[in-house]
Amino acid sequence: MSSASYNFAYLSEQTKRMIRRALLKAIAIPGYQVPFASREMPMPYGWGTGGVQVTAAILVPEDVLKVIDQGADDTTNAVSLRSFFVKTAGIATTEATAEATVIQTRHRIPEAPLTENQILVFQVPIPEPLRFLEPRETETRKMHALEEYGVMHVKLYEDIAKLGQVATTYAYPAKVAGRYVFDPSPIPKFDNPKLDHNPALQLFGAGREKRVYAIPPYTSVQSLDFEDHPFEIQKWDHTCALCGSDDSFLDEIITDDKGGHMFVCSDTDHCRATQEQK
Amino acid sequence: MKKLLSVQQLSKFFGEQLACDDIGFDLYEGEVLAIVGESGSGKTTLLRCLAGLLPPNHGRILYHGKDGRQVDIVLASEAVRRNLLRTEWGFVHQDARDGLRMGVSAGANIGERLMAIGDRHYGHIRSSAEQWLGRVDIPISRIDDSPWTYSGGMRQRLQISRNLVTAPRLMLMDEPTGGLDVSVQARLLDLMRGLVRDLGLAVILVTHDLAVARLLSSRMIVMQNGRVVEQGLTDQILEDPQQPYSQLLVSSVLQV
Amino acid sequence: MYVAVKGGEKAIAAAHRLLAEKRRGDVAVPELGVEQIEQQLALSVERVMNEGSLYDRGWAALAIKQARGDLIEAAFLLRAARTTLTRFGYSTPIATEKMEITRRISAAFKDIPGGQILGPTFDYTHRLLDFALAEPGEPLAPAMVSELALEPPVRVLDLLRQQGLIEAATQTSTSPEDLTEAPLNFPAGRDLRLQNLVRGDEGFLLALAYSTQRGYGRSHPFAGEIRFGSIEVMFTPEELGFEISIGEIAVTECDMINQFKGSTEVAPQFTRGYGLVLGQCERKAMSMALVDRALRCEELGEERGAPAQDEEFVLSHSDNVQATGFVEHLKLPHYVDFQSELAMLRQMHAEIAAKKKAAAE
Repeated sequence: MSSASYNFAYLSEQTKRMIRRALLKAIAIPGYQVPFASREMPMPYGWGTGGVQVTAAILVPEDVLKVIDQGADDTTNAVSLRSFFVKTAGIATTEATAEATVIQTRHRIPEAPLTENQILVFQVPIPEPLRFLEPRETETRKMHALEEYGVMHVKLYEDIAKLGQVATTYAYPAKVAGRYVFDPSPIPKFDNPKLDHNPALQLFGAGREKRVYAIPPYTSVQSLDFEDHPFEIQKWDHTCALCGSDDSFLDEIITDDKGGHMFVCSDTDHCRATQEQK
Repeated sequence: MKKLLSVQQLSKFFGEQLACDDIGFDLYEGEVLAIVGESGSGKTTLLRCLAGLLPPNHGRILYHGKDGRQVDIVLASEAVRRNLLRTEWGFVHQDARDGLRMGVSAGANIGERLMAIGDRHYGHIRSSAEQWLGRVDIPISRIDDSPWTYSGGMRQRLQISRNLVTAPRLMLMDEPTGGLDVSVQARLLDLMRGLVRDLGLAVILVTHDLAVARLLSSRMIVMQNGRVVEQGLTDQILEDPQQPYSQLLVSSVLQV
Repeated sequence: MYVAVKGGEKAIAAAHRLLAEKRRGDVAVPELGVEQIEQQLALSVERVMNEGSLYDRGWAALAIKQARGDLIEAAFLLRAARTTLTRFGYSTPIATEKMEITRRISAAFKDIPGGQILGPTFDYTHRLLDFALAEPGEPLAPAMVSELALEPPVRVLDLLRQQGLIEAATQTSTSPEDLTEAPLNFPAGRDLRLQNLVRGDEGFLLALAYSTQRGYGRSHPFAGEIRFGSIEVMFTPEELGFEISIGEIAVTECDMINQFKGSTEVAPQFTRGYGLVLGQCERKAMSMALVDRALRCEELGEERGAPAQDEEFVLSHSDNVQATGFVEHLKLPHYVDFQSELAMLRQMHAEIAAKKKAAAE
């Protein structure tokens, strides 16, 4: 029985070319979802195959890769994906945001500001921001083409009418370059401001749904809101128990079975760097 | 009076089956035109063609827009048609569920058109919704309720107000009082008559009910088997129908 | 003092070792051989080949061993392996009318040219658990096989076609689209639909097919013909310029005869549903044919309303590798988003409490 052998970063060059072509289209039309022929990968759909395919398509041997999940380098899936790239591409890896050239992330944007030399690759489960309001792909495609986004504000209106405020706390929809409304992936709305005019190239890959989209550097990204109910990010009553940071996203750690808890930076590298500074 | 709509030689076939044939008429601002006929007459098909929801096989539908430009609905792009139906036109379905978002509140239903054309002030959208609820006799306290909790008549009034919020010039209505109790119908017709008068709306109203036609319309088209049998002033046709089929229709209306 | 726990890497390595242990099971029991799976669990192997979308019995058997018998996990392994293979072209369409028949039946006629050949089937077995199989058996005497027809038998549906009683099979002048080369767009053509259904989950298709029989999009089906056997795969390499055989595969083909369409003017004809699968997955081939027919409702001018007739619904959810990925991904950490929701909820509780307090004062 013959066994299989692998190309650099697993995908064949033909596949990488196909994905890069899709990415170029995506960069040319910021926020627009470009269909692509997603391949079956050695990790399940839902585990980041879209992000992995985008990263695999853009990696070169000189790249330094950082992989995070929930902001941490050490969560199980981040470990698994990082070792996949080490095994199939042999590139250097790092936990330090500032040292990375490519950062693949699930559900967070790093706290440290990024530079023009960096690419941020997001893992996306459901690329379509209208999906929960309109299940049909044929209809949502039309709505994007005709800029029919009224229904998105209907959802925001409903929240305010029922709960007094917009109830969306993650995957918060935003308008890109004043044209397409997009889903930034399930990052907390806390991270939405970082999308706007970011010097880094931001690429989004949805493997199971077979879409890629992009935000070119320095592009405007405006979270949807009302003039009299402006977009707001989360705030905490605590600071990080380890580094004292008061402006990062905090994880809640339950410390005992009497409801005791403490708050710690979600971005482990940021926490470490802040601690070292002190 | 300005001409709003000019329909010329409109025909629609489903395979071999004729639905409507060689329909032509003009509509002026503020006019209410009733299209009357029994089921199978082709009146609903005609209405759907006028709204751009069905492509006709032949003919033209010329609409004179607010900006003075003339659009042929038949040839226009889907983008143009969809936009018209959200701004200068309104469509009231026989079953309100087809014309409402049942899953969101009444306020959101009315506000949607405003949000679609770029209104970004929650307070303003909400007060517009309150105003329009008032206009159609729905208690403002019901603004956050889902249409599922509304009665049939209320849903219909909600559907109407959802259309009116962008001040359309033309409303298309498909049996708007169908399926409602007689007293509810009467109230709805009264409301519609008032709105048409106050807002200067032009209406094309499809109905099988001559009483509705008499109450609301100034002109009438009688259809049978896809063809126009008679057309003219409503009063005239009801008083003195010329064609045998019109005579049959008029004579069979129960005199209440 | 809380110290951030590091060690995800160690935990994963330990989990993999534990998995390998469980896979092997009791070491006193002989280890399962890949050839044993291939030979004696052939129907599992064939299911995995269909859903894995790759014809290789050896790889499929290995995948089943690696997956500890979880067939969807095995199909996933095969799909991932498939991604690494270079495609070097398309074969000539297989000529199922030339199939070397192992089994061939028709429910539409009592007898047909070429005969009703039962072949190896569970159909007429009594489902009584056979404890004799718990022990290694005696070598079996070769089964009596009826004389196979010298000529491959004519298709039952071709016979009906000759009499003008059934619609023609769809002919397209353009080459079929490839589901694995471009993302699925709706409306999809019949070629893409059928590709999607072959690699779709057998259980999902079975349920949808069953629903059509129970009234959710009924099409009055008859099993016109089911044939199972081997067929040669022909390919024309560029360098040679002529056709060569690159091997033989086993397939099952199902032709369903469905509700006729016509009027008093246009003579009515039966309509078709088609299923083709690798190996002897008869249930899948039949389910595929029923769902194929249901998805043709618009083309045939029928009212659409049942789940099996909803193209976007059926084709978007048929792939069990995608489905299991997304369902099971809920096991991945989601604590950042959950933290956001918690924060919102706590805020709303606080606001309501403050309101109540203010009202009480």
